[in-house]
Amino acid sequence: MSNSAKAEAVLALHRFGMGPRPGSVAAVGTDPRGALIAELDRPLTLTAAAVLPTSAKAYRTVADANARRAARAKQAQQQAKKQQATAAPVMSEDQAQPQGQGQNKDAAEMAAKQAAEAVPDPGRPIYLQEAKLRMEAALAADIGFAERLVWFWSNHFCISAFKIQSMSGAYEREAVRANALGRFADLLQAAEGHPAMLFYLDNLGSMGANSIAGINRSRGLNENIAREIMELHTLGVRTGYTQDDVISFANVMTGWTLVPPGDNPEHGGEFIFNPRLHEPGGQTVLGKRYEQEDAEQGRAVLRDLAAHPATATHIATKLARHFVADEPPPALVEQMAKTFRDTEGDLKQVAIAMVSSDEAWRGPPSKLKRPSEWGIGMVRATGITAVDPERFTGGQQLLGEGLWRPSAPKGYPDDEASWIDGIGRRLDIANNFAERITGMADPQAIIEDVFASQISPEVKQAVGRAESRQQALALLFMSADFQRR
Amino acid sequence: MGFDNHLPTRRELLVGSGALFAWSQMPRIARAEGRDPRLLVIVLRGALDGLGAVAPVGDPDWISLRGDRALLLDGKPPALPLDAFFALNPAMPNLHRLYRSGKAAIVHAAATPYRERSHFDGQDVLESGFTRPGATASGWLNRALLAMESGGGVDPRGSRALGIGSVTPLVVRGAAPVMTWVPQKLLPASQDTQNRLLDLYQHTDPKLATVLQARMKLASLGGAPGGGDPMSDDPTLMPPGVARVRAYFAEAAGTAARYLAKSDGPRVGAMGFVGWDTHIAEGAASGQLYNLLGALDGAFAAIETNMGEAWKETVVAVVTEFGRTARVNGTEGTDHGTGTVAFLIGGGLTGGRVIADWPGLKPAQLFEDRDLKPTTDLRAVLKGLLRDHLRVDEKVLAETVFPGSADVKPMGGLVG
Repeated sequence: MSNSAKAEAVLALHRFGMGPRPGSVAAVGTDPRGALIAELDRPLTLTAAAVLPTSAKAYRTVADANARRAARAKQAQQQAKKQQATAAPVMSEDQAQPQGQGQNKDAAEMAAKQAAEAVPDPGRPIYLQEAKLRMEAALAADIGFAERLVWFWSNHFCISAFKIQSMSGAYEREAVRANALGRFADLLQAAEGHPAMLFYLDNLGSMGANSIAGINRSRGLNENIAREIMELHTLGVRTGYTQDDVISFANVMTGWTLVPPGDNPEHGGEFIFNPRLHEPGGQTVLGKRYEQEDAEQGRAVLRDLAAHPATATHIATKLARHFVADEPPPALVEQMAKTFRDTEGDLKQVAIAMVSSDEAWRGPPSKLKRPSEWGIGMVRATGITAVDPERFTGGQQLLGEGLWRPSAPKGYPDDEASWIDGIGRRLDIANNFAERITGMADPQAIIEDVFASQISPEVKQAVGRAESRQQALALLFMSADFQRR
Repeated sequence: MGFDNHLPTRRELLVGSGALFAWSQMPRIARAEGRDPRLLVIVLRGALDGLGAVAPVGDPDWISLRGDRALLLDGKPPALPLDAFFALNPAMPNLHRLYRSGKAAIVHAAATPYRERSHFDGQDVLESGFTRPGATASGWLNRALLAMESGGGVDPRGSRALGIGSVTPLVVRGAAPVMTWVPQKLLPASQDTQNRLLDLYQHTDPKLATVLQARMKLASLGGAPGGGDPMSDDPTLMPPGVARVRAYFAEAAGTAARYLAKSDGPRVGAMGFVGWDTHIAEGAASGQLYNLLGALDGAFAAIETNMGEAWKETVVAVVTEFGRTARVNGTEGTDHGTGTVAFLIGGGLTGGRVIADWPGLKPAQLFEDRDLKPTTDLRAVLKGLLRDHLRVDEKVLAETVFPGSADVKPMGGLVG
């Protein structure tokens, strides 16, 4: 391979993949566009995930543990009270001391708390197992273009493990990974109809004012999911929808909920359309009347939102911004939006259109990698293929990009300004990582074998002059060559 | 001791012609008035329910509007009286104490010029200071800082802004350099590694060099506590219980105060707290909003304590992108709205009052028959603080800090 071919392969790995790892420059070869496109033909399924619970199962597991915890707490509290009653001599009311009573009450509460804590929370181990498989898929990929697309769509259709930890990993597998290279309309239906999303965006108890439940329980509508679908997931903000559209669409979405886990040990946590919550009758969204009954009404609105031209532009812009530049070339965005429109939202074709365009390759490496990309790239460079999910997710959290934990439905931002001030923090992480791997990673070998020597002379010099291997590795991982793509 | 007149350390010599050099080029304005004001901006992301924080208990329509979710003077727990009309959420005894001693003011029925209901656009308008979202990549506080550097009445030596958190709030982003502090856990890289990396950046990526340099400067100020970091056990993943949220708010706000208090530290800072988007089970009197307001109240106490002597020259402005619906929604929460409250606290404040041109709560008085109608432009409040506390020129405020706000007169009498 010529030097320029090597340089282009390294760029392909940084910009569109998960970063170079041993052997990956050779795997990209002399036709980086072809190599990226070829990777999209391989199945995205995580075979190792077969042992992990489905989202509904994970949700039930956590719900069961919570119920068990409450029961244990109640039991312990009653027990403690009984003991106090027998231990204390019978007192008449006027002898009772308020302070002593308070202590007894505290003791009972303490007993309840201890009993509750004795029941372990199964949500976190599930989260960590999911995280481990996701990261190892990124480490194992030759290039990682397809995995990057999964990450992109997972962030676009984000939920938060702060709110729904049990389902967070399974949601990504079931809704996002399964559709990331399919049609946008299918991805949209899968994401919005997934119990994790309905939970996250507060739709479970949303009910129409004239629905059976709405009348009987005098509760009502929650606008959250309707607004975020239009603003964040499809059309984009300020694209012409109104408050009335939000309310109508929220009415359309009433009834999209999940099977309560307490009622149904077999199907608890699965999606269900509950007609009792659904606002009866037709609704007008973006000027179109939807007369369908039941969940078909929501599906029809989602189909139209997916096909709306504003959605094509929104998605093309976001994808190009993520992969290519904070301010992506307009011609590239238009080409991708056109492909989106022409292929009825075929996401694989949109991805192919992106890497086939010269515009996607021409610009300098100006994008600052997000902490997650940077972190996985660092591990890949060393050739390590298995990670401790506790440590890795902890690092991501410290860098402000906790896995499946964005602070808002917009997901993590994709511009330099949002992340550049975290550089100092990255140095701490890089330094820490370098310390741990210093015995098994040779910085010179990484430069020559992994990066095919395609790295600036300043970095080579800094690495060469470093006072220790640890320092050399930290400098390498912190270099602009490694942070930018 | 200013950045421009102390003896250079070895590191700064190594730094050469980076940002520190540019720093020393900045005009040194005497503190003619003998003042050294501090301003901290706290952004509550997610839209705070102003009516759940400061309740108009004297409004005849209040109870019918919120029903059994209405905060009341004889509620459980009872709301804290502010004046004959307003009462404060019972989760905020510190704020109540500050208010009663004249060191806190509350602005009600306030809003930015933004009238839509997207969090992200709303925060953009709130923090950018522009009238529409997506107009600029800099924040009003950063631009105010630039104005001060080029001739304002505050000593510029400490005017480097402080951002708290892994993602710098837009309100302090911009041309003036920003230092960032994130709750610390890992052992930092050695001074030597930092110097070498800085040298590398200076030869390859000036932007990264600027950021790293700001961070090194901040570390040398030593504001971060040595131990007792509440985030240090496992800063990652347990669901944030009330205690952890309280600890985090107090730690973050307390550290910001520690930096701002330093004689050679920054003079303005900004931080964001998330979690205010209470669509479901808002829990104003007991529940999520109550807990969050309690954590914020604890942050106020931490700021007051850690500011020390500087407290008397401090103003903290607590703002949010917009309010929430006046009525409770179908899931015991509130949806995105418009008018809301801003909290102002600090030893430099002329407080002890609720500033409000009360719009009323009858359906026709609500904005679009759903939200508390905004009657005070939040920019008037912020401009008043910037003019009277930091001495930013009124013309600059109208043209560059809050462009297009000439009609929005700075609110007088907030400090002094």
